[in-house]
Amino acid sequence: MAMEVTQLLINAQSIDGTVRKHAEESLKQFQEQNLAGFLLSLAGELANDDKPVDSRKLAGLVLKNALDAKEQHRKYELVQRWLALDMSTKSQIRAFLLKTLSSPVPDVRSTASQVIAKVAGIELPQKQWPELIVSLLSNIHQLPAHVKQATLETLGYLCEEVSPDVVEQEHVNKILTAVVQGMNAAEGNNDVRLAATRALYMALGFAQANFNNDMERDYIMRVVCEATLSPEVKIRQAAFECLVSIASTYYEKLAHYIQDIFNITAKAVREDDESVALQAIEFWSSICDEEIDILEEYGGEFAGDSDVPCFYFTKQALPGLVPLLLETLLKQEEDQDLDEGAWNIAMAGGTCLGLVAKAVGDDIVPHVMPFIEEKISKPDWREREAATYAFGSILEGPSADRLMAIVNAALTFMLNALTNDPSNHVKDTTAWTLGRIFEFLHGSTIETPIITQANCQQIITVLIQTMKDAPNVAEKACGALYFLAQGYEDIGPNSPLTPYFQEIIQSLLSVAHREDATESRLRTAAYEALNEVVRCSTDETSTMVLQLVPVIMLELHNTLEGEKLSMDEREKQNELQGLLCGCLQVIIQKLGSEPTKYMFMQSADQMMGLFLRVFGCRSATAHEEAMLAIGALAYAAGPDFAKYMPEFYKYLEMGLQNFEEYQVCAVTVGVVGDICRALEDKVLPYCDGIMTQLLKDLSSNQLHRSVKPPIFSCFGDIALAIGEDFEKYLRYSMPMLQSAAELSAHSSGADDEMTEYTNSLRNGILEAYSGIFQGFKNSPKTQLLIPFAPHILQFLDSIYMEKDMDEVVMKTAIGVLGDLADTLGSHVGGLIQQSVSSKEFLNECLSSDDHTIKEAAEWAKHAITRAISV
Amino acid sequence: MAPHEIRRPFKRRPISDQQKRRELSLLRQSQHRSDAQQRARNLASSVISLQSSSPDVDPEILFEAVPELDEGTESESSSFDVRQASRLRGPEARKWFARQLMLPEWMIDVPDNLSRDWYVLARPAGKRCFVVSSDGTTVSRVRNGSILHHFPSALPGGARKKGASGPANSYSILDCIFHESDQTYYVIDMVCWRGYSLYECTAEFRFFWLQSKLAETGACDPPSFYHKFRFSAVPFFNCDQSGLHSAYTGSLPYVKDGLLFYNKHAHYHTGNTPLVLIWKDESCSQYVIDTDNNGEVPDQQHIVLELQEEGKLVTSDDPPVPFSCLNADFVKQSGLLSGSLIRFAIGDGGLNCVDGRFEKADLQYIGVSNRARAFADSYSKIMFQYMARHSPLKVEDLASTISHENQQDKTPEVEMSD
Repeated sequence: MAMEVTQLLINAQSIDGTVRKHAEESLKQFQEQNLAGFLLSLAGELANDDKPVDSRKLAGLVLKNALDAKEQHRKYELVQRWLALDMSTKSQIRAFLLKTLSSPVPDVRSTASQVIAKVAGIELPQKQWPELIVSLLSNIHQLPAHVKQATLETLGYLCEEVSPDVVEQEHVNKILTAVVQGMNAAEGNNDVRLAATRALYMALGFAQANFNNDMERDYIMRVVCEATLSPEVKIRQAAFECLVSIASTYYEKLAHYIQDIFNITAKAVREDDESVALQAIEFWSSICDEEIDILEEYGGEFAGDSDVPCFYFTKQALPGLVPLLLETLLKQEEDQDLDEGAWNIAMAGGTCLGLVAKAVGDDIVPHVMPFIEEKISKPDWREREAATYAFGSILEGPSADRLMAIVNAALTFMLNALTNDPSNHVKDTTAWTLGRIFEFLHGSTIETPIITQANCQQIITVLIQTMKDAPNVAEKACGALYFLAQGYEDIGPNSPLTPYFQEIIQSLLSVAHREDATESRLRTAAYEALNEVVRCSTDETSTMVLQLVPVIMLELHNTLEGEKLSMDEREKQNELQGLLCGCLQVIIQKLGSEPTKYMFMQSADQMMGLFLRVFGCRSATAHEEAMLAIGALAYAAGPDFAKYMPEFYKYLEMGLQNFEEYQVCAVTVGVVGDICRALEDKVLPYCDGIMTQLLKDLSSNQLHRSVKPPIFSCFGDIALAIGEDFEKYLRYSMPMLQSAAELSAHSSGADDEMTEYTNSLRNGILEAYSGIFQGFKNSPKTQLLIPFAPHILQFLDSIYMEKDMDEVVMKTAIGVLGDLADTLGSHVGGLIQQSVSSKEFLNECLSSDDHTIKEAAEWAKHAITRAISV
Repeated sequence: MAPHEIRRPFKRRPISDQQKRRELSLLRQSQHRSDAQQRARNLASSVISLQSSSPDVDPEILFEAVPELDEGTESESSSFDVRQASRLRGPEARKWFARQLMLPEWMIDVPDNLSRDWYVLARPAGKRCFVVSSDGTTVSRVRNGSILHHFPSALPGGARKKGASGPANSYSILDCIFHESDQTYYVIDMVCWRGYSLYECTAEFRFFWLQSKLAETGACDPPSFYHKFRFSAVPFFNCDQSGLHSAYTGSLPYVKDGLLFYNKHAHYHTGNTPLVLIWKDESCSQYVIDTDNNGEVPDQQHIVLELQEEGKLVTSDDPPVPFSCLNADFVKQSGLLSGSLIRFAIGDGGLNCVDGRFEKADLQYIGVSNRARAFADSYSKIMFQYMARHSPLKVEDLASTISHENQQDKTPEVEMSD
């Protein structure tokens, strides 16, 4: 059955396009006509040491791609096809793969490792290939080091691919033993030791039981720490990666080791290769992440209810850790602010310093201030920049009280540096720091304002001046202005920005029009700041926002006129369209209500025309932004939006069909809801098309699952808008809701992410039921819903019994109980009384601390009382 | 196996503005969806049906009086709610609102189970009023329905403020007492909140709701541009010994005018109800015995009764309690019309009661009552005032009733040893 594929695989890598294309076609044909033969041929090719390396590597790669894909539905298909293969083919392929691990060619071994892991990922959960782990472990004791290395690599990939619960604890123990032994200093071969260290990184998730055992944990930790001292840099780096992962996975087990780890990381940060030092810093960043999360839970509603206690490692390490991090700040690269992809020790150290500040709060201030004071005025730009960066980093975490005096003293210095410092780097960091000051220490919650009548003018003048600086500096100035505006979000009728409003808007528009505005994402930052300035503006400046409407519309118009653009130019054009549509969306929300609504709506026709043309450009981002803007416009226009529907409808349909760019689809589903609420029964003529599309979306296994819950909610929006006319869709929508309800009733045993999804699905289904019941209320057709009542009540009962619903679902669910009673009344009185929902669940909701749940429950109680009293 | 990327965001906001726009849109949509749901639900449950609360007024007539009602109310025309009522003008509005308050009876004997079933609270001295916030404004109306203040407030829908939370048509109704000296509305009961009716809810729930909701809105904050008067929830207590003591002697930011007793299980019932009681004595009220227009206590007790057909004089109770009868000739002579409110003094003959029921009164005609009045006196008020002048119900009586109840409660727990 196997076939000679060597030549095809070599041709598929030919530089000659025709040859390559022909070979690819043939491979595809082979795969489609005879999958078993195809896979077997590839595995045979991979395993055959007489074949050229290039064809073997590609054979492995094609084989891997025949087992896995990024898209969920495609992946599912591939898995099913593999499982359906006959046993003898699969056994032969497995044997070929295992054999390849002994090949003398490193690349081929590595490819085989990955393929084996993919097969294991499919088969182990099905209890197939039970002998795999045993046979891999037997390889460990083989003499040739390269086999050992390949086997450890395979075990690593296997742990990455397979969930811990499908591997027996006995096997887990053996895998970990093999891996940790491979890491041991006694292992003379560096390749083996590196493979083992990298394998441990993957296997850490399997080591739960072992980390609970003091002896085993001590052993693992000792070996990992020793590996950080290996003479081989790659091993040191891999060992630190393990420590980083341990910091987040086993935080609560670290108390015994933290002093040693501090010493190791400090040495690495000061002396080791940058690749290793970065990991060592990352260890502390991860510790901070953990402690920030725990302390957040401490401070939350359920005080002290965190599963994991805080050990305050960061706080204890402060005296050593902060100086260590401050040293790194002086190791900047010359042009790191100009390079989007840059990541170096200074950046990592500053980021970690920011996290330390968040984790320890006020305590960090005295450790950092002497450094800042000493270096902020030094002639070397590195020292000034490091001091400024340190200052900016500690602004989030410590209390406003602690920082206020320091910030007030520093403000004038910062404004001066922004104008006069000769270093681009220092100005970049200074502008960023100003933004941080405004982000965390300016706003209605701060008692003594940083920005006063006395300095407001100066601050704005300096920021506007800085927006003319180099793109990277100007971008940070726009960011600072963003937070400056945000701080006045709930200022009331008189904003201190009002006198400068016109100037700010003009400056931001000029920045957006700079020739170099596409560098350092300056243009994006300018429009984002403009959006925030508009969002936070008051009635005093609404005329100026109104004047902005034709300006932005003209710009959008200009982007639509461009002819014959290169790919690159077109991409930039689309990005700009997205920004302008986003800006219009913000303006619509600002002006679309009284008292500016009337004036604003004069532009609605023209604006709608532009949005429709944006849809013609077929760019996902621009499409999504235009769609969001239209949703806001529909809300502002109300029933008048009907006049745009004939033209807009086809783009609405296009959006609902956009499976690939599912964000576009999701946004469009939301806009359907907006339109239903705006048009109410006038949406009826479009409902056949919309419902057809929504039902198709639901049946598709290509559409990203996150879009499905909003589609159900959308059913509710439509039903509420068109009332009893929803009748004709009942026969399609109800069975879909019913089967989705059955699926989502139980989520037991799933992980948090799955539970979250299940709850969002339940919420969508329940919102659909709510809308349908309320839509049919007082209609003679109400009786059509009676047959569905038993199932819906059962659904409510079962999600109640499952005990894993969140507050949102609880509120919607109890509301549905009320809607059902309200609409169907005495027809279902008996049924309701039999349900658990009408007793325990209702009582639980009635005594909920969440007022929205209680509110919905009170409503349900009344509706039920009425239903059973008639 | 390649090393693992650890790059963290550098000098960047964690959320892009686009993501922010997306999230704000989702928030707006889900808010609008829940508003739409709420509206649909409220059509049935939250309206105050005019028919049931005041059968003598025809809603159709009221609608004609306000031609500016827009077509949006079509589906609601079968019932009449407070948003529509707020568009009423002049006498219609007064008439409608005058009937919306729950009016306490005066405590002429101590109800059973005070400590178990009742709350007690110290009534602030001031004007009792009905505060309605809706469509961006707030209106307070005193007992006879006339407007006290028209102002912006932080109540739901109470000010024309952009970005205010809640649906545009959300409205709330509070039962308040306006306390002059600190210019504060003391809230004693909550009738509707964010378009959600609390009429059918127990006092227990309404009070809980009031305490938890009011502060959330910022209505308790000091006055500001969008919030002209401060609101404050009146503290309430379980009516046990310590609760009674707290309400009676506790120090409060306002001047007290008697104690109010609320039955925990009572719904908000418009008009007089025996499930809310008012009681006063000299140490918790400046106004125990009614004063005349000059603020002085007259020698004789004055009462106001309503004249009905055939000269019958009745109280404002439902059903009315007949007190006396006017001579038909006298009625004709004085030009009194049926429905007039007439003031009398109680003569030396006093009120005669048999078995606790009123039997006969010695009434002396004074004249037609002040036009600002909307109602005659209630039976319990007349009796309470009479008792206050002769043999008042004392706070000790209340306290001893409570302690007696407690002993009764305890008795069954005692086990007999033989």
